[in-house]
Amino acid sequence: MPETIDSAAPAVKYTIRDFQSDQDVRWCPGCGDYSILAQIQRVFPEFNRRKEVYVGVSGIGCSSRFPYYMDIYGIHGIHGRAPAIASGVKLANPDLDVWVATGDGDGLSIGGNHMIHMLRRNINIKVLLFNNQIYGLTKGQYSPTSLLGQITKSTPLGVIDYPFVPVSLALGAGATLVARTMDRDPKHLQEMIRRAENHHGSAFIEIYQNCNVFNDGAFFKFTEKDTRDDNVVYLEHGKPLVFGKQKEKGIRLNGFTPEIVELNSGNASVNDLLVHNEEDSTLAFILANMIHDPRLPRPMGVFISVIRPSYEDQLTQQIARARSKKGEGNLQKLLDGDETWIIQ
Amino acid sequence: MAAKKVRTLEDVTIRFAGDSGDGMQLTGTQFTNTVAALGADLSTLPDYPAEIRAPAGTKYGVSGFQVRFGSTEILTPGDVCDVLVAMNPAALVTNLRLLRDGGTIIVNEDGFTEKNLKLANLSSNPLEDGSLTKFSVHRVAISKLTANALSDMNLSPRLVEKTKNFFALGLMYWLYNRPLDQSVRFIEEKFGQKDRDVAEANLRVLKAGYNFGDTTEIFTTRYDVQAAKLPPGKYRSIMGNVATALGLVAAARKSGLDLFLGSYPITPASDILHELSRFKEFGVKTFQAEDEIAAICAAIGASYAGSLGATTTSGPGLALKTEALGLGIMLELPLVVIDVQRGGPSTGLPTKTEQADLLQAVHGRNSEAPLCVLAAATPADCFAMAYEASRIAVKFMTPVICLTDGYLGNGAEPWLIPDVDELPEIPVEFAKDPATFQPYSRDDKTLARPWAIPGTPGLEHRIGGLEKENVTGNISYDPDNHDYMVKIRAAKIQRIAEDIPLQTVEGDESGDLLLVGWGSTYGSVKTAVSRLRAAGRSVSHAHLRYLNPLPRNLGEILRKFKHVLVPEINNGQLVQLLRATYLVDARGFNLVRGLPLSAEEIEERIEEYFGGNHA
Repeated sequence: MPETIDSAAPAVKYTIRDFQSDQDVRWCPGCGDYSILAQIQRVFPEFNRRKEVYVGVSGIGCSSRFPYYMDIYGIHGIHGRAPAIASGVKLANPDLDVWVATGDGDGLSIGGNHMIHMLRRNINIKVLLFNNQIYGLTKGQYSPTSLLGQITKSTPLGVIDYPFVPVSLALGAGATLVARTMDRDPKHLQEMIRRAENHHGSAFIEIYQNCNVFNDGAFFKFTEKDTRDDNVVYLEHGKPLVFGKQKEKGIRLNGFTPEIVELNSGNASVNDLLVHNEEDSTLAFILANMIHDPRLPRPMGVFISVIRPSYEDQLTQQIARARSKKGEGNLQKLLDGDETWIIQ
Repeated sequence: MAAKKVRTLEDVTIRFAGDSGDGMQLTGTQFTNTVAALGADLSTLPDYPAEIRAPAGTKYGVSGFQVRFGSTEILTPGDVCDVLVAMNPAALVTNLRLLRDGGTIIVNEDGFTEKNLKLANLSSNPLEDGSLTKFSVHRVAISKLTANALSDMNLSPRLVEKTKNFFALGLMYWLYNRPLDQSVRFIEEKFGQKDRDVAEANLRVLKAGYNFGDTTEIFTTRYDVQAAKLPPGKYRSIMGNVATALGLVAAARKSGLDLFLGSYPITPASDILHELSRFKEFGVKTFQAEDEIAAICAAIGASYAGSLGATTTSGPGLALKTEALGLGIMLELPLVVIDVQRGGPSTGLPTKTEQADLLQAVHGRNSEAPLCVLAAATPADCFAMAYEASRIAVKFMTPVICLTDGYLGNGAEPWLIPDVDELPEIPVEFAKDPATFQPYSRDDKTLARPWAIPGTPGLEHRIGGLEKENVTGNISYDPDNHDYMVKIRAAKIQRIAEDIPLQTVEGDESGDLLLVGWGSTYGSVKTAVSRLRAAGRSVSHAHLRYLNPLPRNLGEILRKFKHVLVPEINNGQLVQLLRATYLVDARGFNLVRGLPLSAEEIEERIEEYFGGNHA
């Protein structure tokens, strides 16, 4: 049996360098992945956990090169299967801190089944889904999050698949922490990484990531300085949904339908606005659905954060209960079974 | 009541047949356990439909269970049966071809209603139309006698109907002079606590069947089968799938590793998952995954984290696991894959047996992807081979596929229980030293790479499906490195040949004809060869349990015989491997009917050979 990991704080204070591996990073220059990698390497030292407890698991795709660039334990697996491999790692040793790096193709197309089932089980694994709405590594085919009508290498006349909304999919699968953030908003991205680390259960973080080669600017409306404020609303627990350059706009619920109100018009005040509650799953679905109304700003932040017993905790408990009831298994007795006979 | 005669038999084969809802598998298993506990040697063959509850009374809903037991060595469940217990017309007519001429039929005559005759597509009642004259037919009103035994209990007609298999069981216990106590204990344990009425009803009906044998005029003779002369020791009856499960648990315990099973339900392998899910106190973690791919991937992840990762499946599932097996080969992690083969291709014959996954196991992956393949020969041998698969997987840091099949998995035989202290050691050493650790350095002898598990300070490293640079394990696209790695992965698997036993031959070491078998044909081939050897034929038998790599003396053995014949339940797979590996003119004998090969069929084929037909 593997020895239990000493989860005490590391002897030295880690810096960003401690999480950088000796491998050259080979993403295209200008790729949004660089920022995601940098924010993780920046935030991990804060957690003050021994480096050897981290395991990065990935599938195939640009995002899945991620484990090679982190100086932690890691498996670069096969296409779409990272959640399954990670599940085995975590269940074999629940003391490990397991992170999955995946993309919209790897995690939602070929690996969609593993993703929803991992989230449903609430295994304490953190998923970073790099969403660039395109297949990068295979050079530019459309992905399950590409937009309707998008022209790509494999859709010269435009995409006719309706896209997944990753946040809605994760909510539907029963993930206990679901969030959205952006490669070009480092502070917010860092905060979402912290939230994932501190969550006990499956955490799903969708990260809008710019593929500057095959889908450049897909999220610029949300990520760039001049347009961000009018097109993004940040979700904060217990706070009203306010956005706009001067914080002059807000989101109000009309029945179950979110609508924009002007706070300076005299027709509505902050008191009328929708107040975010991370523990309200109905609200989480409403916020996730805002993506379908192009007039509405795009919510960023934690959609839901609830606590349910994790899969590995329940498994560990079942083993402990069986042992307290039957004692540590006796192998000879097990082999003997219920009915034996002796031949002289 | 006149005392009835008791005749002693050397061996007897009984087939229980009824609707899939009639409890024939339970009846057969109960009879088997009782017979086993009295020391007879035995072999069983369950034969059930793919549908859980096919429409009652139809031919395709018939479920059968054959048990052969004797005071001599029993190697097969019998090519034909001596006694057929049939609960309805469909069960009778579908199994009649398996009853020897002059054999005994015991029928539930109450099952021969107009409706059931029609469901079995019969225009006349075989009990009355003279079609059964070459058999000895005993008509017993099993349904009515069961109802009579329970008349004062005020039970639902459905429940009464469901207990009638115990009447048949009780009757067979009487006829073969076996005591009721094992089944009485079973009923008490299974139903006693939960439902007193059900327990009481089953007990009454079991005894009613037994007493009926004693009092009726129908049966004038009882039969006795003495204990077999098996090697001394402690025995139990064991099914192949249970033996496989125990083999994995034993290997985990002996290696000091936690067993992690990732599995997706599939016939006929699911019982291994069921068994292992009960062994929590042994630290066994079972993970019922969302699909076959997730099952093996989780097992690979668990092995990476320091568990003994295993996955269990059948042919279609193995096909789905193919890509992940390649990953396992690239990562060079221990992984045990159990394939309980069934009829194919595609969904094929889910509940029937076959040996047609051999080439899939040995070769069925993209690119150069060698791994170790083993095969169990008998139900009890599943324990040894699952254990051996685990030992090799850990020692050589490689995936190992252990092939069993539906017949082995569901069949049972007496098992000389091993002493835990005498099981082979499975030493495990995790890498610990950051100063010397290289992910893809190799042990001189085994060529295995070190096993460094997350949680070990200073050994943080990345592995993955991309080609590895020798020693460092970094990604490498270098042509010569790839050539080297392809060859070193193959050489590692070949090194396993130095670690496994030499092939043995049953019979003379040289001669006219060598039969080379593998897997579940063991009993039939051995029976056929022994009979012909007794008749003076120059024929021997080598049975392979190691299929990749093959035993290092196999080529030498093959060359000592004029001809090599390879009986297999496939269209010629091992024969291809032997021809390709050794350039011998081996010939195949192939019947692919979803059934075990019978000793008689093999015997006929050998006689054909000696009759001058060498084709």
